[in-house]
This record gives sequence, structure tokens and C-alpha cells, in this order.
Amino acid sequence: MNSITPPNPAEPAINLSPAVADDVKFTTCYMCACRCGIKVHLKDGQIRYIQGNPNHPVNKGVLCGKGSAGIMQHYSPARLTKPLLRVGERGAGEFKEIEWDEALALATAWLGTVRATDPKKLAFFTGRDQSQSFTGWWAKQFGTPNFAAHGGFCSVNMAVGGLYSIGGSFWEFGEPDWEHAKYFLMLGVAEDHDSNPIKAGIAGLKQRGAKFVSVNPVKTGYSAVADEWIGIRPGTDGLFVLALVHELLRTDKIDLDYLVRYANAHWLVIRNPGAADDGLFARDEAGKPIAWDRATNAPADAATAGLNPAVIGEVTLPDGRRAIPVFHLMAERYLAPEYAPAAVADRCGVSAETIRRIAAEMAEIAFNQPLVLQQPWTDTAGRRHETMVGRPVAIHAMRGISAHSNGFHTCRALHVLQMLLGAIDTPGSWRYKSPYPRPIPPGPPPVGKNATPNKEMPGMALGFPQGPEHLLLDDDGTPCRIDKAFSWEAPISAHGLMHTVIANAHAGDPYKIDVLFMFMANMAWNSSMNPGDAMRQLTDKDEDGEYKIPKVIYSDAFFSETVPYADLILPDTTYLERWDAISVLDRPIGSSHGPADAIRQPVVPLDRDVRPFQDVLIDLGARLSLPGFVNEGGAAKFTSYADYLANHERTPGVGPLAGWRGPDGTSHGKGAANPDQLKRYVENECFWQFKLPPEQTYFKHANKAYLDTAHAMGMVGAANQIVFQLYSEHLQKFRLAAQGHGPVQPPERLRARIETYFDPLPIWYVPFEQAAIEQAAYPLHAITQRPMPMYHAWGSQNAWLRQIYTRNHLYMNRRMGTALGLVDDDWVWVTSRTGRLKCQIRLMEGVNHDTVWTWNAIGKRSGAWNLDAHANESEQGFLLNHVISEWLPAQKEQAQDQGGHRTANADPVTGQAAWYDLRIRVEKVAHGEEGQTAPHFSTLPRPPHMKPAARTLRYGEKT
Amino acid sequence: MTSLPTPLPGAKKLGLVIDLDTCVGCHACAVNCKEWNASGHSAPLTDSNAYQADPFGVWFNRVHTYEAGEGQGSRTVHFPRSCLHCETPACVTVCPTGASYKRAEDGIVLVDPETCIGCQLCAWACAYGAREFDADDGVMKKCTLCIDRIYNENLPEPERVPACVSTCPASARHFGDFNDPASAVSRLVLERGGYDLMSEMGYQPTNKYLPPRKPAAPAAATPPAETGATSSLLRWLDRALSR
Amino acid sequence: MKPAGSIVFFTTASGAGYGMLFWLGLLSTTHTLPTALWYGLTALIIAGALVTAGLLSSTAHLGNPQRAWRALSQWRSSWLSREGIAALLTYIPACLLALSWLIDPHPAPLTALLAAALAIATVYCTAMIYASLKPIRQWNNTWVAPFYLLAALFTGAICLAAITGFANPAAAATLSEFAMLTGLAAALVKLLYWRHIDTTTSASTVASATGLGHLGTVRSFEAPHSEENYLLKEMGFRIARKHAAKLRAYALLFAFAFPIAILFGVVAGVVPVTLILIAALCALLGMALERWLFFAEATHTVVLFYGRQA
Ligand SMILES: Nc1nc2c(c(=O)[nH]1)N[C@H]1C(S)=C(S)[C@@H](COP(=O)(O)OP(=O)(O)OC[C@H]3O[C@@H](n4cnc5c(=O)[nH]c(N)nc54)[C@H](O)[C@@H]3O)O[C@H]1N2
Ligand SMILES: Nc1nc2c(c(=O)[nH]1)N[C@H]1C(S)=C(S)[C@@H](COP(=O)(O)OP(=O)(O)OC[C@H]3O[C@@H](n4cnc5c(=O)[nH]c(N)nc54)[C@H](O)[C@@H]3O)O[C@H]1N2
Ligand code: SF4
Ligand code: SF4
Ligand code: SF4
Ligand code: SF4
Ligand code: SF4
Ligand SMILES: [Mo]
Repeated sequence: MNSITPPNPAEPAINLSPAVADDVKFTTCYMCACRCGIKVHLKDGQIRYIQGNPNHPVNKGVLCGKGSAGIMQHYSPARLTKPLLRVGERGAGEFKEIEWDEALALATAWLGTVRATDPKKLAFFTGRDQSQSFTGWWAKQFGTPNFAAHGGFCSVNMAVGGLYSIGGSFWEFGEPDWEHAKYFLMLGVAEDHDSNPIKAGIAGLKQRGAKFVSVNPVKTGYSAVADEWIGIRPGTDGLFVLALVHELLRTDKIDLDYLVRYANAHWLVIRNPGAADDGLFARDEAGKPIAWDRATNAPADAATAGLNPAVIGEVTLPDGRRAIPVFHLMAERYLAPEYAPAAVADRCGVSAETIRRIAAEMAEIAFNQPLVLQQPWTDTAGRRHETMVGRPVAIHAMRGISAHSNGFHTCRALHVLQMLLGAIDTPGSWRYKSPYPRPIPPGPPPVGKNATPNKEMPGMALGFPQGPEHLLLDDDGTPCRIDKAFSWEAPISAHGLMHTVIANAHAGDPYKIDVLFMFMANMAWNSSMNPGDAMRQLTDKDEDGEYKIPKVIYSDAFFSETVPYADLILPDTTYLERWDAISVLDRPIGSSHGPADAIRQPVVPLDRDVRPFQDVLIDLGARLSLPGFVNEGGAAKFTSYADYLANHERTPGVGPLAGWRGPDGTSHGKGAANPDQLKRYVENECFWQFKLPPEQTYFKHANKAYLDTAHAMGMVGAANQIVFQLYSEHLQKFRLAAQGHGPVQPPERLRARIETYFDPLPIWYVPFEQAAIEQAAYPLHAITQRPMPMYHAWGSQNAWLRQIYTRNHLYMNRRMGTALGLVDDDWVWVTSRTGRLKCQIRLMEGVNHDTVWTWNAIGKRSGAWNLDAHANESEQGFLLNHVISEWLPAQKEQAQDQGGHRTANADPVTGQAAWYDLRIRVEKVAHGEEGQTAPHFSTLPRPPHMKPAARTLRYGEKT
Repeated sequence: MTSLPTPLPGAKKLGLVIDLDTCVGCHACAVNCKEWNASGHSAPLTDSNAYQADPFGVWFNRVHTYEAGEGQGSRTVHFPRSCLHCETPACVTVCPTGASYKRAEDGIVLVDPETCIGCQLCAWACAYGAREFDADDGVMKKCTLCIDRIYNENLPEPERVPACVSTCPASARHFGDFNDPASAVSRLVLERGGYDLMSEMGYQPTNKYLPPRKPAAPAAATPPAETGATSSLLRWLDRALSR
Repeated sequence: MKPAGSIVFFTTASGAGYGMLFWLGLLSTTHTLPTALWYGLTALIIAGALVTAGLLSSTAHLGNPQRAWRALSQWRSSWLSREGIAALLTYIPACLLALSWLIDPHPAPLTALLAAALAIATVYCTAMIYASLKPIRQWNNTWVAPFYLLAALFTGAICLAAITGFANPAAAATLSEFAMLTGLAAALVKLLYWRHIDTTTSASTVASATGLGHLGTVRSFEAPHSEENYLLKEMGFRIARKHAAKLRAYALLFAFAFPIAILFGVVAGVVPVTLILIAALCALLGMALERWLFFAEATHTVVLFYGRQA
């Protein structure tokens, strides 16, 4: 004992300097997707303490509640321990344990048959893991088009909306300039992926006295500390934002110079109604967009430096066609009275006065209080600027915007607002995170036509279509993909439509599949829009008694609700037991200060017969002899995922990790593989960061030095300016097809839909579900929020976190509740157009009058996660998903002539699941119905050899 | 010794300042506290019904959320709560064994797990609900102000702060010496109107809370509404621009 | 506050035991009591047994009962410590009293008075444990200590009267008079106590607990944990008003009304002395109910943080 005698002899002597650890290891947190750096203290063979890594660029030493509970995740009693093979009926949860050799042989046999016959009959879908560049590449090498991760139900509206507008996006691809912003407008954010940086950022902002406005139907979390809360009606942000645009235009508070310098405001749009070129950009012979030069009164290359372009007025081009500047189209549209604050106020539930004031406040800060950094820089035209002039108005938005069927356009509207204010990547505004900005669109189109036996796909399954020619359709127009991504149903579904996979596979629409292979996605519960249906579809059989989805392989680390619905379980390790990469090819940890990536390393030894899923994929790749996974002779190319991380090159010099490349580890970004790379990462606390010099940290879309660096590091293909697309020609191309032009045209039933929703300028429309129902029957909006201390479904197996939320309530506005005769803790039925559930109510002040909400994914199926059958999670917790539907109400006209065609409950452009379009009604339960939430499914039996969880936990007990 | 100590000359008065203006209610402080202390000075912090119905465990820090006021003007306030290390705490004086004591050198209120008989009287005496009886262990536990961190020579100097402080993503928790008028905590209290909880109890809490700030004034005046006629596009017709 | 069975039993039993000891000590000096050896020893042993059983029961409430001896060290500040010391000290004159009774039924007055004084002091210490707790307004008031004292005197007297009835009915009648007097006084104090707790409110409110009152009415929106934690289990115990009113009536009936009626009958000579035993048992039962209520009706300021009234 290192105890000191206290100065007061009456006090007991205590050890003030106990040894904290006998070993400390750095790695990356996985308790959510924020990817904070952690320092794991190990003592006596156990994890003593997990701490935020003070040197890490993401979290700078802090750690959230989930990250702090990593110990309990790691020692969860719901950990799987061995591969499992189903022995009973699917869904019954009857398994036997098998050896890895058998499991892998079985998987190889199943997958090998598919690959040799029709590779697209493998649907490989993954959850929110951080190895998509690897899993996607595996799918490509396998030869199936059917790959995606969770982005389709997550926030693809945000991603595509941004990537097609400004070459970057909110979500994980950008961040407010926390150090400099003077005004911060946040829309629809509860927690987000950037959870620690946002908290730190908001605190810093408030400490500096900046104003923080939160637009959110609910005032909790971040919104609670906002200086102003705007309790908007769900699904109406687009109107609100376009009314702000209206106000800025009306009062002429816009940065026109910025618009012509960095956006396509002056580009000319052809006006040729009915023709195939209508609405496309007017281009010169070289294909470059042109503008009208006011000096010469003639067309000129729109990119000409110093050009004085016209932004108003229709012109006649030398070839006789009429054209009009983008700005003109835009201003004309948004100055229209329908976008006036007074016209939208009622629908948004925000007063016209407030809208006008917010617009004025933003303009005041942007234009009268600019933030000027004494930092010279040079633009892509070679002009040197002595200072960096910033519009210190920062905007951030997330799923409150994107999880609606009008989210894509709302997201674009936000980017238009940013452009008008000149507030993209300037000091004090929203900024790109490396590797963004990227060209618009950022990458190649998707690949997935003509899946061929025993052949890899020529490119990656997910990509960025630039027009109808890039859709993945067979010659007869049938979608190539099982989720119908990149079909006319959702042309720019860059992240796939995971929410339709099970239902489509079950229906054999557009075709039947043979193997459903899932990784880390709890599809039989919280990640399905309608888990009851998902469970039915996974267990449904055809006339021959065969499962309609013949084989299901699943990799989970824990006993989740989905485990019983698979035939073969490949158990994964926990995040503290494996190598992993937060790769620059995927969703790295780069920030506005520069690119960065990170790894995970095993910090505790494995004590069960489980394997890292990525290692398993490497192994399966070799067993299946997938190209890239075997050498010439057919021997396995990589011994493990760690080996792959260091030695795989996607394109010459570009691998999963950007740090310490080249044989001697001196190249960054690009360089030959370095066998010692992982060692270097470990030495550097498991991350790599490249700090951009100050002259490169703003105006990245047009900053020559930055773009040169980005090019040299492989982040962009060429060091060209990235011009913001106020007006999106890509969208117009789809619209033209709907108008009858070009070889690839939408089917009749979707023609009008494509024409309407592929508007090249942002629009607002009533969310689909709302438009289709009888509003009086379902008067309330119902949404969910991420609870800060819980991560989706995983939190409940965590003995510490579950104590915070073991159950959830449905929160309702007090005035609404009182009107319905409800008081706290009343049991109610919640009815939507497709289902009903039973739960308890709680009244509150800080919520939009017509909105109810609950915490996401607290409700659990009885028995899952090795919780007691009567745990509160299944007795009093509930999942809102049970009343959501993955399909829109069948449209009557369609039901007749299209054989009941189903349209996904999703955004028509991106296929983003419209979780937050839900409408419901609430009624008090009948007497005697209280006590247990409904629906209540049968208790899942524990997998073999999983011991019942302990009742008393004495973690840290001194022995 | 449960009689309150006479502060030693030059003694510190250590405690926390909690900023209700930036606390977003993330529970990080509560969980990290649990994590550190589970294996710390008062180990373990037992959890009962850990995976069953109605779980409850020993926590030294708990985060509440309140709503104050009505309607649009109401405020939601997150409110973390741990021991306030009071200057005249009855939790110490009621203790029959001397297990509960206030340190003379820094004012930290601690429980000696070797001598505590688990009578729970101190928990009754604490007005703030800051004491945590570990029924499994039979002794009273409580926030130690991370006594095994703040002086711990095995930790790098900057990390010698309570776990809850070092982990708080929103910088809503500050640790320091209230006897030093120049310390960050003293200055925050002065500048931001730091206040005591339930001062009427007379326990003189050391920890202080900073109130939520008044909402910032509008950054600009609201312009008059449109007059009816839509503004013309023509004003931009001749605007000289330079790309 | 959660009524702990061990504490309810402790305060009831030890209260009666110390009350008996008090009367035994006091009245043995005034030669009011029977002098039979069996009587003295039985009375003292029963008093001692009640006290000891109570004290032992109270250690059942401890997390570490084997360390209970440590509770004697902090008499300078802790009423619990003082109570422990007083309780132990009381054993000395009480044992001496028993010893001296063996020799001579007229024990040394000093020993007897000391036993009486220490017994009553112990009860006072017990009362002060509760009465000194500021966060619990139902305990922290002027009525608590007088009631504990009167209750001990009453139950002590009635128990002693019951035993005395078997030795000397006249002495039992005298004791019954004392019991009636203290019983009536105790009942009155209890009624005043109830009026007090019903008409006062805590000086602390959700507003002062959180310091957020200036923002408007403060309501708890979310508690830190969705299920009850130690604090709520221990200090958040609630009893419905209607339920409490009923129990109060029963407590009054059993602790005071029935026993005093019987005592009255004894004094008036209309019922047999042996019935005092029934009265005593009834009083003890009623007193236990009262003690249970004393906890159940008490609220702690910690519940303010959970949005409840204290
Ligand atoms: N009502 C409603 N539903 C929603 C949403 C909503 O807002 N409202 N949000 C949607 C969104 S955006 C998302 S991203 C989804 C998330 O939904 P899911 O992706 O299903 O999220 P989790 O519940 O975290 O499930 C992931 C699975 O991964 C497993 N897992 C955890 N760690 C590991 C590991 O290390 N290895 C392996 N192999 N498995 C592991 C878990 O046990 C769990 O079964 O939910 C969607 N569902
Ligand atoms: N702690 C924690 N962190 C997480 C996760 C988690 O499960 N737990 N999940 C991660 C994942 S997968 C994702 S996708 C992200 C999602 O991160 P967020 O986007 O922050 O997550 P949501 O909870 O969906 O938040 C949506 C917010 O939008 C609001 N909202 C709903 N409809 C509207 C609307 O129409 N307009 C406006 N303005 N607001 C609206 C809701 O009230 C809610 O506050 O979080 C990630 N981070
Ligand atoms: S935000 Fe929390 S859970 Fe997510 S990575 Fe960071 S510490 Fe881990
Ligand atoms: S960690 Fe900080 S922000 Fe989070 S609840 Fe605690 S004090 Fe509040
Ligand atoms: S808060 Fe409670 S436990 Fe802490 S010192 Fe004050 S009275 Fe004692
Ligand atoms: S529980 Fe322990 S620390 Fe508290 S008063 Fe009793 S002996 Fe003292
Ligand atoms: S100071 Fe330490 S023990 Fe106290 S609340 Fe903070 S982390 Fe917990
Ligand atoms: Mo997500």
C-alpha cells in the first residue's frame, strides 16, 4: 500500500495512488459509429477502465456513456460462443453447436453453389459496421449486385442530397466550424454519429456566446441547451427552409459573388420545353457549361476566372436555343408567394414572424459580422486572396430531415440556403471533413447488371448514377437488384434499400434468392420497418415446404432477436478482440483539419470459439477462390484481415489505411503497401492524422493547394474546383426520361412520380404516408429519437446502460394529452394504418403539439439478449417499428392495373426509409388491458450453452 | 471521526461546478463514474437484477432531466447529481462509527469501508440523496471525488481529475479548489452566478451549479412582412459580379 | 421512508422495555411495587428481554452487524452512537438493580434512579436519531421526542402493570393510572404530531432542490434510471393518504383507545386485573403500527429530485 498518513490522524489512511493498470492499450471505440479513440487499462487480466484517448482527433479525451460502458458490453452474458446450426424450425431458436470447419464448409458449399449458378442469388447485407469498403469488395469479387449496408434506412437522403449538391454532406462528411461559428442552426439531430464532437462543439459555441437554434419537434438533448427551440411539425422542414430562402432573396441578403464563384448560379439552362435538352445545361463544344458574359454580351465558359456573368434574364444562344441562368430559375421559384413565411407558417407550426427573424438573424451574422481570418490562400483559378472571409453561420442536419419521404429535397434546400449565405467551407460556417469535398457525384456509377456464374462484378455494387443510363435494370426494365436499388423505384439509392430486402426476397420480386447473408443488422427486430412481417417472411414456406428464403447466414456477436431466424450463425468477437480499420476508403475519421483514419487492435485475448467476421470473410473468400482472395496457385492470399489491411491495394498505392504507406512507412495517403503498417498505427495510438496547413483548411472546394494535396493523397481524382450544384442537371436527366426522352424510361406507373420528384431545384411536398391516409383518422405524427446512452439494440445487454433505460414511454404534448383525457403512465393503444401497439404514455411540454415520440430500440423481444423473460424491456418497453410499414398504402388505381404493386415507404429519389412519416392515433386501453406492452412475442430460448445471466454483478470486486 | 474537522491552515476545498447551461444529459459522467469506481476506492459498485426485471445498482452520479415552465417557453434542463461534499454535512455527524468523515485537508467527504456498519443513517441524513448503500457489500458508498485519481501519481498530471470531469463531452463539469479565489471553479461561480442546492438545509454544499443562461437576444431585428407584391428579379439584372 | 420491520420492532420493544425499566427504577424507590423476588426478577428480565431483543433486532438492519460495536465511538456528534452508549450503560444499573433485588427487594435508590434515568435517556437518544434528521420533516420536529418518551412510559407502564397484576392488584391499579395518564398524553401528542405534519410542508421544494424555480414550475421529465434505485426504494416509499388515515385510526384504537379503556375498567374495578395483559399486548401492537406509520408517512427531500413532494 502506497498510503500516506493523513494530516488529520483521525482519518483512516487511504491509498491515494493505487496502480491503475498493468497494461494500457489503445484502440478505437465501437459502442457507436463515432469512432472515438480509447485507452484501455488492463489489470489482473481484466479490463480495469476504458478512457477517452486525450490525443485522439475525434474525442480529444472525452468518452460518452456508451463508450464508458464498454466493459459491460465486452463481458455481456449474451455473447455468442460458438458457430450454431439450426436444428428446429426457423425462428424457434433451436440450434446445435458446430465446429468452425463445419460451419465454413457449409457456408462455402451454399455460397459456392450460388456463385456457380447465379451469383445474384446471394444477397449480402450488412449493418452499421465500419468495414464496408471490405464487405463491398467481397461482394464484388463474389459477383453479386446484391450488397448494401444500412445507409438506405439510415441517412442516404443526407448523403445523396449533399453529394449531388456540394460534393460533401452533413452526416459524417462535414461539421460546423465549431471554433468560429457565430450562429448555429441545427435541424433534426438527436445524437448523430459525431456524438462527442457535437457535444463538445455545442458547449464551445455556447461558451463563446454564439447563438444556437435547434429545429426539432422535440426539445430534449441538444435542443434543450439551444438558445432557441423551434418545435417544427415533422416533415415540414423543407417548407421552413425554403421560406428562409424566400426571405433572403426578398430582402436581397445573399452572397451573389460567392454564388457565381463557387456555385452554378450563372450556368445557363436550356429552355426548350418538350425537347430532349430541356433543362440541361447549355455547354460549349468541349462540353463545358457556359454562362452569359455581360462584358462581351456573349456566351463564355462558365468557369472563366473574373467573368462578369448574367444571373438574370433569358438569352438566346448562338445556335438559337433559349437559355436562362440557374439563379434566375431559382429566384423566380422561391420568390413565389407560396414560399412566403406567412404561406408556410401554419403547415410548419412556426410563426411567420419567427421565420422572418431567423432569416434576418442569419443574414445579419453572415453579412454584417463576417469572420475574417488573416490567412492568404490561392484559389483554383490561381488567384491569391490575402484573407479568408467567412460567413459564420453554420448549419447541421440529420435524420429528422432525412428520414422522411421528402428528405432528399429538404436536404438540398438546406444546401441551397448555405450557398445563398456563402456559408460552405468558410471560416465560421459548415465545413467539409476529409476526404470531402469530392467531385459531384463523387464516384463511379453502380455496377450490377449481368451477374455471371463464377465471375466477379466489374465494379462496386454501390455507386452514383448520373442519369437513367446508369440504372441497374435488365433489358426489360426489371431491377437487377433484390432491393430494387438503382431502379426507377429509387434511382439514386446510393446506399441500397436494406429495408426492402427481406420482403422482396420473400415475394420473389424481382426474383428469388437462395442465400441471405447478413452481418450485424438486427433485421428481425429494430432495424426492420415492420419486424412482425420480417419474422413472418423469414419463416414462411412455399408449397413444397421449403423456406421462401431458402438459406440464411448471419453473423452477430450477441444473442440478438435475429439470431433465431438464421440457419447458420457465424459468431463474431467483441470490438476489443479484433483488428479492424476505420478506413479512408469507407467512413474514416477525417475532419475539417485533414484526413485521418484509425484501426482497432485486439486488446484482450479471445476466450471463446468465435472469430472476427472479417477474418471469416477472408477465409470464405479463399475457400470460394474469389479473385483477389487467392494467389495464382489458388492459395489464400491473406492470412487474416490484419494481413489484408496492410497489404491489400484497391488501386495502385491506395489501400485500406492511408498512414505510413510505402516500404519504409514514410508515404501518407498513397504509397506501396507497408507490411509494418499496423505496427506503426499501434505505436501511434491506433490512429493516423494528417494535419492540413492553415491555408488549406477552408474553401477546399476551390482551394488550389488543398485540392493538390487531396489529389496527391488519392482523395480526389483531379485537382479541379468542385462547383456547387444549385440546380442539379443529374436530376433533370431522370426527369427528361420520365418526359419520354432517351432509351431508358420509367414504367408508366412511375412516370409521373419521376417527373415530379426529379425536380432539379429543391421542392417540398407532403410526406407520402400523410398524403395517402385520412388525416383525421391518424392525427398525430410519431417519431423516434436516439437515446444518448444507448446504441440501438445493443445497449440492453449492458448491465450498466440498461439501468438508464429499461423501458420507454410514448411522450406526448401535455395539452394534447389533457385533451385526450390522458395522464402520465396511462396505457394506450397506438394505431397506425398498418398495425397497433400498446404502451404507456408520458406528458411533456417540449414537444410539438401534434407529435408523439419515443426512444428508439429500447423495447426487446422476451428472452433475447439473454435478458430474463420478464425483463422490463419486453414487459414495459416497446418498439415503434411495429406500427411502421416498409410499404406505402396501395394506391387504388395501381392496385387494379398493376397487380397490387407495392411502393416502398421511402424517398422517391434515394430510397431512404421514411421512418418519421408515421401517422398514428392514440386511445386509452380498455380496463384490464394494462400491464404489458403489445405486441408481445413468444420468449426466445437461449442458444445452447449460453448460461442464464447472473443476477448480482460485482464487477471490480477486490479479491 | 464524525465531528467535522477544523480545516487545516491552507486546506483546500475541493469540489465540482456543474454547468446546467451546456449539460446535454448524455449520462457520460454517470457511466464513466461507475466504470472508474467499480474497480476503485469503493469497489465494487454492485448491480442487482443486472439482467432481470427492475435492475438497480450503485451509482455515485445520476443524471436527471427536468422541464420548467409551460409550452413553447418551457425549458428542458439536464441535471447531474452527485455528492456535493458539503461543508457542514449531517451525513458525517450522524454517523455512529466514524466511518463517514470529512477530510481535513481538502474537504472531501468519504466513507471508510472498513468501519462502516451499514446503518444507513447517513443516507437518511443526506438531504441530496447522494449516498448509496451497497446492500450486497453491507456498507455505504458514495462519490469519492475520485480520491484515487486526483492525487494518483500513476496517472499523468492532466488526468488527475475526477472521471466524470475528464469524460464530460460538453465540458459541463469542472473540478477545483473553491478556497482558491483564482481557481477556475471559483471564477465560474462568480461570473456565472453559481448556486447551492437546497441552501435552506444549511449543509453548505461545496459543489455549485451554474444556471442555464437566458436565451440570447435576437441577433437582428425582424424585417417587416412582404407588402404583397413579390420583389422583382430585375434588381439583380445589372449586378456586376466577378467569378 | 421505507418502514423496516427490524426498526419498527426495535423502537417498539425497546421503548416498552426502557419504559418498564424506568417505572421499575422509579417506583422501587417509592416502595410502590411488590417486593416478591419472582416479581422483581420477572419484571426486570422481561424489560431486559424487550430491550435486548429490540437492540438485537436493530442490528439486523445493519449491513455489517458484526461491526456494531463500532457504533459506540461517535457520541460527540451522533445520536445513534449516544443511543448505543446509553443503551449499554443502562445495562449496568439494570443488572445491579436485578442483583440487588436478589439481596433486598428495596434496591439502592441510586442504582434504581440511575437505571430509570438511563432508560429514559436511551429512549430520548432513539427519538433524537429521527428528530435530528433535517431532510425528513415528519421526523425533524418538536413532537417526535416527547412522543417517543411518552410512548415508552405508556407502554412500559402498561407492561409493568400487566405483570404487577399477578403480584399485587393494588399496585397494578396504581401503575394503570400512570399508564392511563401517559397514554392519554401520548395520544394527545400523537394527534398534535399528525396535525403538525399534515399542516406543514417541507421548507425545500423541487424549485429549491434544483434551483430552477425561476424558470417556472419544475417537473421531473426523466429520472436517471427508469426503474427504482436504492434511494427511491429506501426513501421514496409512499403511502396513500386514504390508506394512512385508516391506519392512523387503527393505531389510535389499538395503541391507546382499547388499552386505556381496559385500564380504566381495571382502575374502576369493573374488569379483572389480568385483562391488563391483553391491554398491554394490544398497546404494543398498536404502537408497532404507529411506528410503521412513523416511517411510512415520512418523506425525504431526495424525492424532490424525482419530482415528488417532500
Ligand atoms: N423506429 C425506428 N427504427 C429504426 C431507426 C429509427 O430511427 N426509428 N433507425 C434505423 C437506423 S438509422 C439504423 S442504422 C438501424 C440500426 O439497426 P441495427 O443495425 O439493426 O442496429 P443494432 O440493433 O445495433 O443491431 C446490430 C446488430 O449487430 C450486432 N453486433 C453488435 N456488435 C457486433 C459485432 O461486433 N459484430 C457483429 N457481427 N455483430 C455485432 C448486435 O448484436 C445487433 O444484433 O435501425 C433503424 N431502425
Ligand atoms: N447514442 C446513440 N447514438 C447514435 C445511435 C444510437 O442508436 N444511439 N445511432 C447512430 C445512427 S445509426 C444514426 S443513423 C445516427 C442518427 O442520428 P440522429 O439523426 O441524431 O438520430 P435520430 O434519433 O434519428 O434523430 C432525429 C431527430 O430528428 C427529430 N425529428 C424527427 N422528425 C423531424 C422533422 O421532421 N424535422 C426536424 N427538424 N426534426 C425531426 C427527432 O426528434 C430527433 O431529435 O445516430 C447515430 N448515433
Ligand atoms: S461517441 Fe461514445 S460510443 Fe461512440 S465511439 Fe465515441 S465513445 Fe464510443
Ligand atoms: S457528461 Fe456532461 S453533458 Fe453529459 S450528462 Fe454529464 S454533465 Fe451532462
Ligand atoms: S451531499 Fe449528502 S453525502 Fe454529500 S456531503 Fe452533503 S450531505 Fe453528505
Ligand atoms: S452507514 Fe456507515 S457511514 Fe453511514 S452512518 Fe452508518 S456507519 Fe456511518
Ligand atoms: S467525482 Fe468521481 S466519484 Fe464523484 S461523481 Fe465524479 S466520477 Fe463519480
Ligand atoms: Mo443509422
